[in-house]
Amino acid sequence: MVEEIGKTAEGDLIINVGPQHPATHGVLHLIITLNGETIKKVEPHLGYIHRSIEKMCESLTYRQFIYTTSRMDYLSAHINNHACALTVEKGLGIEIPARAQVIRVLMDELTRIASHELWWGAMAMDLGAFTPFFHAFRERETINDIMEETCGARLTMNYMVPGGVMMDLHPNFQNRVKNFLTLYKRKIHEYDELVTGNIIFQNRMKGVGVLSKEAAISFGVTGPAARGSGVSCDVRKLYPYEIYNTLEFDEILETEGDSFARYMVRLREMNESIKIIEQLIDNIPEGDFQAKTKAVLKLPKGEFYQRVETARGELGVYIVSEGGTTPYRIKFRSPGFSNLSCLDHITRGGKIGDLIASMGTLDLVIPDIDR
Amino acid sequence: MISTENTTTNEFPGHIEEVPGGGIVLSKLDELVNWARSNSLWPLTFATSCCGIEYMQVAGPKYDFSRFGFEVARATPRQADVIIIAGTIVNKMAPVLKRLYDQMADPKYVIAMGACAISGGPFFYNTYSVVKGADHVIPVDVYSPGCPPRPEALIHALITLQDKIKMGMTREQMKSGL
Repeated sequence: MVEEIGKTAEGDLIINVGPQHPATHGVLHLIITLNGETIKKVEPHLGYIHRSIEKMCESLTYRQFIYTTSRMDYLSAHINNHACALTVEKGLGIEIPARAQVIRVLMDELTRIASHELWWGAMAMDLGAFTPFFHAFRERETINDIMEETCGARLTMNYMVPGGVMMDLHPNFQNRVKNFLTLYKRKIHEYDELVTGNIIFQNRMKGVGVLSKEAAISFGVTGPAARGSGVSCDVRKLYPYEIYNTLEFDEILETEGDSFARYMVRLREMNESIKIIEQLIDNIPEGDFQAKTKAVLKLPKGEFYQRVETARGELGVYIVSEGGTTPYRIKFRSPGFSNLSCLDHITRGGKIGDLIASMGTLDLVIPDIDR
Repeated sequence: MISTENTTTNEFPGHIEEVPGGGIVLSKLDELVNWARSNSLWPLTFATSCCGIEYMQVAGPKYDFSRFGFEVARATPRQADVIIIAGTIVNKMAPVLKRLYDQMADPKYVIAMGACAISGGPFFYNTYSVVKGADHVIPVDVYSPGCPPRPEALIHALITLQDKIKMGMTREQMKSGL
């Protein structure tokens, strides 16, 4: 453990936040240098949940390694699996059936809503409001039920496999999703009434943790955090995969770059996901849910890269293959790691209370950072 | 082993002796203390990875572990009674977990939630950094398998812990001769 409690030569106080701290959403360790209440430096310490997933993947086959990625960014488990499946398909040159593509996009967007809902509840809890947590989990449970019925798991699904999806949709799927849409539309105004319009909340969020457009680009920040600063970086729009180029949805952009802008991006993004689901739910094509693939997958010698948009930003999967059944090297470009790198920049000079608001709106998932 | 005859009874451990003008409660002090203790266990908010989300779901409106007296999740080990180890413990985290356990006041209990905390789970093979089970670091009272365990499974683990406490069967209680 790092023993860095004390004072610097200039008389500044050094305190540790984490690794066991409720506001870090896991086991992130921050070493903060304080002058009074003003933050002079924030130094994140990583590795408290480093599970060596990249190294593990080198000894797992192309079908097996996907399960480890559900545990990486567990709130976007589907989208992580999707990225890996896409990379392997790219290497093999497989065409995926239309039904599988639609199922994948539906699942991705449901995951995105579930992830943003959890973020919303947890962030409000960080700022001292406990009720939003229960409201968010009420809707999240309905999505979990949908996932459970079709994929057999609530959180770590491993549903997307090279060639399509593991099994067909449950007969109840469409009904359940439609019920969820009605429930969601009936309840979404509560989110605004409870939190967004709250004057205390706005005072704590507006002008706090400002990330300029230039800084966002230079730190490699992606996802809603970057779109809050006006950086157009939605992979679904810029480098469309699956059927995203045929769908109608907007890329949400805000220009202020503060915590409130990042908050609004996520809230509005949930509505965009709803739009996508509405377009697809009645138009799921008939056909196979999986392409015919060989029992043992062998990627040709070479390097393959695919990026997708997870709930937190751009996830890149980079596979180096030597032609065998297991990858030679796998690298995940995880969105959380890059988003964390700007934490020092946006909190420096601010008050220690604002650190929580800034960190909450970056929506960090620690196992995604450490892998 | 926990015998089945005494489990999941949440009755008051004692009886009322009727005397003229009222009654006298007769009970064993140990049983009374255990009964009280088992119904107000305060968990530590200790979540390292995915199981932490299911742990949050159990706190949420659908499963709601406050029905069993677990809702007062504490952020500091000084005020907590039970650690629910929700997630993988890696080599760098192990000393932190040990320190948190040492900081807790007696009596203290541990639930290992999920395959990772039990044995390393999906990260048992081919990894260089994962501790193969949290019981290599601190003693565990109840194991709850799953990856992650369903909320019902976690609630079952919590009730099992309550039963163990009522019967004086946890490691802490055996050590102190309760």
